[in-house]
Amino acid sequence: MLLEIFSFSTLTANIDKSLHAWMAPWLAVVTELVIIGIVFLLFYAVLGLFLVYLERKVCAIIQNRIGPNRVGKWGLLQTVADFIKLITKELIPIRNADSFLFNLAPFIVIAASFMAMAAIPFAKGLHAIDLNIGIFYIIAVSSLGVVGILIAGWSSNSKYSLIGAMRSGAQIVSYELSVGLSLLAVVVFAGTMQLSAIVESQANGWWIFKGHIPALIAFIIYLIASTAEINRGPFDLAEAESELTAGFHTEYSGIKFAFFFLAEYINMFIVAAIAATMFFGGWMPFHIGHWDAFNRVMDYIPSVVWFFGKTFFIIYLIMWFKWTFPRLRIDQLLNLEWKYLLPLSLMNIVIIAFVVLMGWYFH
Amino acid sequence: MNGEFLILFFVVAVALVGGAIVFASLIAPRSVNAQKFEPYECGIPTEGPTWIQFSIGYYMFAIIYLVFDVETVFLYPWGVVMKSMGLRSFIEIVIFIFILGFGLLYAWKKGALKWV
Repeated sequence: MLLEIFSFSTLTANIDKSLHAWMAPWLAVVTELVIIGIVFLLFYAVLGLFLVYLERKVCAIIQNRIGPNRVGKWGLLQTVADFIKLITKELIPIRNADSFLFNLAPFIVIAASFMAMAAIPFAKGLHAIDLNIGIFYIIAVSSLGVVGILIAGWSSNSKYSLIGAMRSGAQIVSYELSVGLSLLAVVVFAGTMQLSAIVESQANGWWIFKGHIPALIAFIIYLIASTAEINRGPFDLAEAESELTAGFHTEYSGIKFAFFFLAEYINMFIVAAIAATMFFGGWMPFHIGHWDAFNRVMDYIPSVVWFFGKTFFIIYLIMWFKWTFPRLRIDQLLNLEWKYLLPLSLMNIVIIAFVVLMGWYFH
Repeated sequence: MNGEFLILFFVVAVALVGGAIVFASLIAPRSVNAQKFEPYECGIPTEGPTWIQFSIGYYMFAIIYLVFDVETVFLYPWGVVMKSMGLRSFIEIVIFIFILGFGLLYAWKKGALKWV
C-alpha cells in the first residue's frame, strides 16, 4: 500500500476541517476557493517562468553553449527579469486591426490552458477537480486554444499573422485526431475516463508496460501528435521565425505577447503531464506486479516526486525534438498525420480491442 | 470538488490576463508615432489588403477533421464499456472502424488529402 504520509488528502482534509471549525460554512467554501485560485495562479506563473528558463538551458546544452547565467544563481532569475521587461513595455494597438478580437485572443489562449490544469492529478490526493470524464475534459478544453490562435492571427491584419494562424489551425485540428485516438488506447485498457481511477489502475505496473506493444505504439503516436498539437519544433511552422517572424503573435507586444508565450509552455506541461498520467502511471511509483518488497521500497519516494519526475522527463524529450530535427513543410506535416498516423492509430484501436478481448495484457 | 467549480478556474484565468493587461497599461510608456501602428511587414508599408480569400487547402482539411473528430468522440464511451461488453463490442468496433477507414480511403482517393 502507498504510504499515507505522502498523501495530500490528509492535508487538504485538515485545512477543510479547520476552516469549517471557526467559520460559517459559506465563508469556509469561499475561503477555500480563494486559496485554490491563488495556489493555482502562483503555480501557473512559476511553472511558466521555469519552463522558459529550462528551454533556454536545454537548448544551450544541446548547442554546446552556457545559456543564461548572469541574472541570479545559474541565471535562474533570467525569466523573471524578462517578465518585468515585458510588463513594462508599451501595448501597441495596430491600426486597422479588429481591436475587440485582438484583445480577446490572449484571454482564450490562457483560459484554455489554465482550465486544463484543473483536472490534472499532481500527487496522491492533490487534484483540484476529479472529473469522471477527466481525460476527455482535458482534451476538449486544451483544444479550445486553437480558437484563440486563429482569432489572434485573423484580427492582427498582418499577412504573417494570418498565414501563421491558418497553418496552426490546420495543424492543430489534424493532430487532435491522433491525440484523441492514442489516449483512447489507455481508456480501453483502464475502462474509465476518470484520471484518478486510471492512475489507481496502474498500481501493479504502468500501462506502457502492461499493455505492451499496442500501448507502446499509442505512446509514440501520442508523443509525435502532441508535439505537433502544441506547435513545437519540428512542427513549429506556424511560427517559423525565418519566414513568418513570429507567426500568429507577430503583432502582439508587451504582456499580451508574454501570454501567448506562457500558454505555449504551459500547454507543453499539460501534454507531458497527460502522457505521464496515462502511460507512465502519473504519481504512481514504479511497481512490478506482485514484487511486494520492491514495490514497498519504491513507495518511499513521494508521489509528487514521481509525477514531476516523469513529466519533466517527457518535457525534456519534447525540447530535445525541437533542437534536433529540422522543420517540416506544411504538406509533409499534413501527410504525416493523414496518411501515416491516423490510419495507424485507427488500426491500433482495433488491435487494442482484440488484445483486451482476449485478455492478452497484464492485469 | 465538483465540476461546477471549473467556473472558478475560468474566472481566475480571465482575472490573470485582465489584471496583467490593466497593470501593464498603467505603468507602460506611451508614445504616438504614425509608423509604429502599422502592421509588421519587413519594416516596409503593407502592400494590399490582408483580409482576403485564403487557400482552399486549409478548409478541406478542416472539413475532413470535423467528420473524424465527431467519430473520435463516439469512440470514447465505447472505450469505457469495452472491457465489460466483450465480444459484441469488439465486432461493433471492427465494423465502425472499417466504415471510418473506408471514409478516409475515399477522401484520399478523391484527392482531398493532396496539398494544393
